[in-house]
Amino acid sequence: MKVRSRDSKQAWQEDFESSPRRDDGIETSTISGVPVNPLYTSEDLPRRPEEMPGQFPYTRGIHPSGYRGRLWTMRQFSGFATAEETNRRYKYLLGNGQTGLSVAFDMPTLMGQDSDAPTSRGEVGHCGVAVDSLADMETLFDGIPLGDITTSMTINSPAAILLCMYIAVAEKQGVPADRLGGTLQNDILKEFIAQKEFIFPPAPSMRLVVDSIEYCAKEVPKWNTISISGYHIREAGSTAAQELAFTLADGMAYVDACLERGMHIDDFASRLSFFFDAHIDFFEEIAKFRAARRIWARWMRERYGAQKERSWKLRFHTQTAGVSLTAQQPELNIARTAVEALAAVLGGTQSLHTNAMDEVLALPTDKAARLALRTQQLLAYETGVANTIDPLGGSYFVEALTDEMERQAEAYFKRIDDLGGVIPAIETGFFQKEIADAAFRYQQELEQKKRLMVGVNEFMVDDEPPIEILRIDPKLEREQSERVREVRRKRDQAKCSNALARLRKAAAGTDNLMPYILDAVREYATEGEIMQSMIDVFGTYTEKAVV
Amino acid sequence: MARRTAVGHVRIIVAKVGLDGHDRGVKVVARALRDAGYEVIYTGLRQTPEMVVDAALQEDAQVIGLSIHSGAHMTLFPAVVEELKRREATDIVVFGGGIIPDDDIQALKKQGVEEIFTPGTPLQDIVEWLRRRFPEGSTK
Repeated sequence: MKVRSRDSKQAWQEDFESSPRRDDGIETSTISGVPVNPLYTSEDLPRRPEEMPGQFPYTRGIHPSGYRGRLWTMRQFSGFATAEETNRRYKYLLGNGQTGLSVAFDMPTLMGQDSDAPTSRGEVGHCGVAVDSLADMETLFDGIPLGDITTSMTINSPAAILLCMYIAVAEKQGVPADRLGGTLQNDILKEFIAQKEFIFPPAPSMRLVVDSIEYCAKEVPKWNTISISGYHIREAGSTAAQELAFTLADGMAYVDACLERGMHIDDFASRLSFFFDAHIDFFEEIAKFRAARRIWARWMRERYGAQKERSWKLRFHTQTAGVSLTAQQPELNIARTAVEALAAVLGGTQSLHTNAMDEVLALPTDKAARLALRTQQLLAYETGVANTIDPLGGSYFVEALTDEMERQAEAYFKRIDDLGGVIPAIETGFFQKEIADAAFRYQQELEQKKRLMVGVNEFMVDDEPPIEILRIDPKLEREQSERVREVRRKRDQAKCSNALARLRKAAAGTDNLMPYILDAVREYATEGEIMQSMIDVFGTYTEKAVV
Repeated sequence: MARRTAVGHVRIIVAKVGLDGHDRGVKVVARALRDAGYEVIYTGLRQTPEMVVDAALQEDAQVIGLSIHSGAHMTLFPAVVEELKRREATDIVVFGGGIIPDDDIQALKKQGVEEIFTPGTPLQDIVEWLRRRFPEGSTK
């Protein structure tokens, strides 16, 4: 049998060599530059025991039942303008059967500053909802029972503050913290590496992350305390293997930091979650997701000695690639997003956000947001792809590519280790340089037409009709600024100042800061004031700009 | 890296204004302009209009290139132009790039931003625009 199969492969090889080939100069490697063979056969299959879903190392999925047990969660990220407007949108979404919310904050909120700060001008309510104090958070979740839904909050440097605001709103609703479910992004390392929404230097930033993980393990046990994110690394221009490697390396850095604090691996590992990009190179993405599960399971069991099975399982959210979308012929983005979403599903994602076709231009309109959600529903209910668990498992190509992703990631772990770990590697600009190089290489390939983007460097049209986009009224900024000033006027100033002073003092010591932040939040200290109290002690970080 | 010559040399300040940290585009453009022979100074993130103009004056730059992805362009790009007026440095050419809708491009041009490049623009188009704008500028 074996000999005959080799013979037939040899015969194919000869036929292939003598066949005419496309001569368009287009790259045949993956979008990340991984060389790809024209054909894979059983010879490319790894020699290892057969892998099964729900079994270590979970290459084929973390659940034995795949999507037969439960479909992925369709979790669309939204937030814009004021808390009041976003609250209306949330009620609409919940009224239409959505069970989870995902909050997008505006840039000043993400950067820990109030709407009336001078550097907030022009930014309030643009990329998400403006939240300055507990008062806005109360409005945002007004009439929404926090004990019955789960909420994902995309926020990093000020993550602890927003989580405390959420806990405080729940208190007012009479919902105890141990009933709250949701996810906090809280991944500061990828901010230093890619998205750059950092405020404090790395060490105090890590302290805050560990404080929140430690606090939640006791007080908010159902909360996913961190969503370790490759999405922003990829969107900044990295390759698939870099996204995979840097994200998992970040994950291990958080694990190391928690262990250093004295926590036990099995007490927090199962609350770590991940967030990946689904880019346009279909098979490479599927291989990336499969490799991620396998690598994480191995490291957790073998290097960190986790005993509980749920500590080994990598759970992840996926978002389709914003960077793959084009302003040109934007309707094409619907097709791109569908392909990317399919890769995420075939890669076994736990939850998914599909981008709207107009997100390359502005926040999505209602219609575009609905089409994006419908794309997921179409995949789930029309295509049949959810009926079989890991349907590409055993594919010669996908298995070989999964191994290749793993190999490249392990090579990066070695390089990061040689640099002294993730934080030293950040400080020397290692990740930033690797990503910038990859982004530049890709752009050059586009310019040389070694890669095509439909509608951008090929198949263009003249005079594209403008598409309708969502606009944020500029008067919103004045109103929100007035609102935060009113909060400052109305609160008990002495109590508020005392809480901030206690926080400042604690920041200079080693206490877990969560209870102090929660106290300040309850006294209606604003986000900017709470951040400033910590900046007084921690200072701020400035990146050495690497071009 | 290009060396500074006495006459006709074009020096460009490339800056991220506003709060967003999305710097893939600005870095790719900075490298491409440098490779095309311009002297490029990248300021890094979160520059206020005042900081950008300060840098341009200190570095004796002829051009300011601004990048933004947060939607604050209608506030911050004109603020750079206003700051140049206030500092009597309107000879400095301002261009920009980012996620900027068509209608806004027209409005920004009226307010003194000379050119806006949107996502998908070939790097060569930016270089050619600069060559046309500074035909006397040596680029090597």
